[in-house]
Amino acid sequence: MSRIVLEIKNLSTHFFTDSGEIPAVDQVSLHVHKGEVVGIVGESGCGKSVTSLSIMQLVPNPPGKIVGGEINYKGENLAFASEKRMKKLRGNEISMIFQEPMTSLNPLFTIGNQMREAFRFHQKISKKEAREKSISMLKLVGIPRAESIIDDYPHQLSGGMRQRVMIAMAMSCDPELLIADEPTTALDVTIQAQILDLMRKLNEEKDTAILLITHDLGVVADICDRVVVMYAGQVVEEGSKREILKDPKHPYSQGLIRSLPRIHEREQKLYSIPGTVPKPKLGRVGCRFAPRCELAFNRCFEGNPELYVTGEGRRSRCFLYDKQEGEAINDATTEAVIGD
Amino acid sequence: MSMEEKKEYAEQQIPNPAKGGQHLDPEEIAAISPWKDTIRRLRKNRFAIIGFVIIVFFILLGLIAPLLTSYTVAEQQLVNRLQPPSEEHWLGTDHLGRDIFTRIAYGARVSLQVGFFAVTGALFFGTLLGIIAGYFGRWVDMIISRIFDILLAFPSILLAIAIVAILGASLQNALIAIAIINIPIFGRLVRSRVISLREEEYIMAAKAQGMKNGRIILHHILPNSIAPIIVQATLGFGTAILEAAALGFLGLGVQPPIPEWGQMLADARDFIQLAPWTLLAPGISIMLVVLGFNLIGDGLRDALDPKMKN
Repeated sequence: MSRIVLEIKNLSTHFFTDSGEIPAVDQVSLHVHKGEVVGIVGESGCGKSVTSLSIMQLVPNPPGKIVGGEINYKGENLAFASEKRMKKLRGNEISMIFQEPMTSLNPLFTIGNQMREAFRFHQKISKKEAREKSISMLKLVGIPRAESIIDDYPHQLSGGMRQRVMIAMAMSCDPELLIADEPTTALDVTIQAQILDLMRKLNEEKDTAILLITHDLGVVADICDRVVVMYAGQVVEEGSKREILKDPKHPYSQGLIRSLPRIHEREQKLYSIPGTVPKPKLGRVGCRFAPRCELAFNRCFEGNPELYVTGEGRRSRCFLYDKQEGEAINDATTEAVIGD
Repeated sequence: MSMEEKKEYAEQQIPNPAKGGQHLDPEEIAAISPWKDTIRRLRKNRFAIIGFVIIVFFILLGLIAPLLTSYTVAEQQLVNRLQPPSEEHWLGTDHLGRDIFTRIAYGARVSLQVGFFAVTGALFFGTLLGIIAGYFGRWVDMIISRIFDILLAFPSILLAIAIVAILGASLQNALIAIAIINIPIFGRLVRSRVISLREEEYIMAAKAQGMKNGRIILHHILPNSIAPIIVQATLGFGTAILEAAALGFLGLGVQPPIPEWGQMLADARDFIQLAPWTLLAPGISIMLVVLGFNLIGDGLRDALDPKMKN
């Protein structure tokens, strides 16, 4: 495998509110190789966005704060890096695109003006050069009539176009890592597919690593190489896309995949995981998913499961895969769940 | 595309699909600067033009006052007290027999100055403090907001009196006092605007691009909060003139016999039934100037909004 661009180790980001300390991201570890597309999947409120903002050091503070762990970007720990250093990296080496393309551009300036800012900040180039580069970036992301669009204002473009512009801006300095926080959630399905294709294309052409945050397993299936499943601020499962979609180990991942509609099966009612994500709080005992888990047994309510290795590059936070529990339970119960 | 067509096209600055989506060279686009563009659109707004004409009229009136009238502002003709408008006295005379037109014309100098400097001062410091408080938040916001609260807790005129009492009574000090009491009005307006802007995704996107705070403030925060500032400034203009009048009335602002519209209004108060023109002339002047600035302000706001373009 190629070299690691980003490695997060035991990252914890807590929010300090009036009602107490909330561990929004709790001991999260993950890594992204060069040129790899890694998806972070989970329900809303599971900490995936906060994880991505932590990498950029953009967690609103107060109330949020990184309280521990490491964010190693090419061997440099960013978890407690200076603001000055972060400003150098943001947009230049690590870029980010957001969920809402409609509000991600300043309504008062033309596309060209805003793209120029992105260029001129990190590269010392003239206005004219920046304009030419912007046009070629817009062409790269598949914007027709780039020479004219560059002088348009954001409100003159559709959502899909704006997201393309955002991607063009994010990619303008050839970042090593692109963090995409639900980039297609606000777009309709056809545009969604186009944007994903575009991201895949840029990933292949420029060898940019992408950390894709999404709640949509369809998006994962489309472009990710590897998947990290998060639940209530923790990583609960990790593995290659293929393996996770085909053979999910953690009961939560199993539930997520079961709740997808399938083309070849006629089921009357779509499966849904009972209950909702618990509110994260400190000092919780037991597996966080246990209250909603069909397979929960006593130990799940008493101890905190670790991430157990379940295969080549695969880990799962479930006692079922703890070697001490024995293979017997493991086989019997997983068969029961996915043997449908 | 002929040269003339090109020119017209450049003027419209609209993509022209009929011409196969051909577009302007970067040089030509750069020729239409945002400022020129704003002025061009401001010119299209009839009301803004009216406002502009009103303001220019009063500025000219103040400038060429010595050419328009042979009286002086302090010249008293007690025999001709409270005369109605006539050929000799275009707007009549006041209770001391002074020519009202002369005093309105010279007063335009004073009143426009009062409005302009008081509003500019309040706008500058209010916006600065408001942006700092709103953008950086936390203890900075705490301190600045409490100062605003303290300033607002006093009745504004009482505060102005206190400030003038400390600094001494003169037009300049009255200006400073009026500017100070208006600072929290701009400050709170800008602060609340900045706080809502701070949550906008393009600010987050700018941060994610590695943009520095100063740049974000100048490029994203300030331009997007300009509309309410302009509206408040045009409204503040009228209030400032009236506040200067109130100070003058108490003998703490403009010192007689310097003509000031608000002061004239205050003086004429006693003769409202006997000689209404003494009241109408300064009253209408203040109203027109405020209206003029409001119209310009409205037009400017529309002209600065890219959504109103084309």
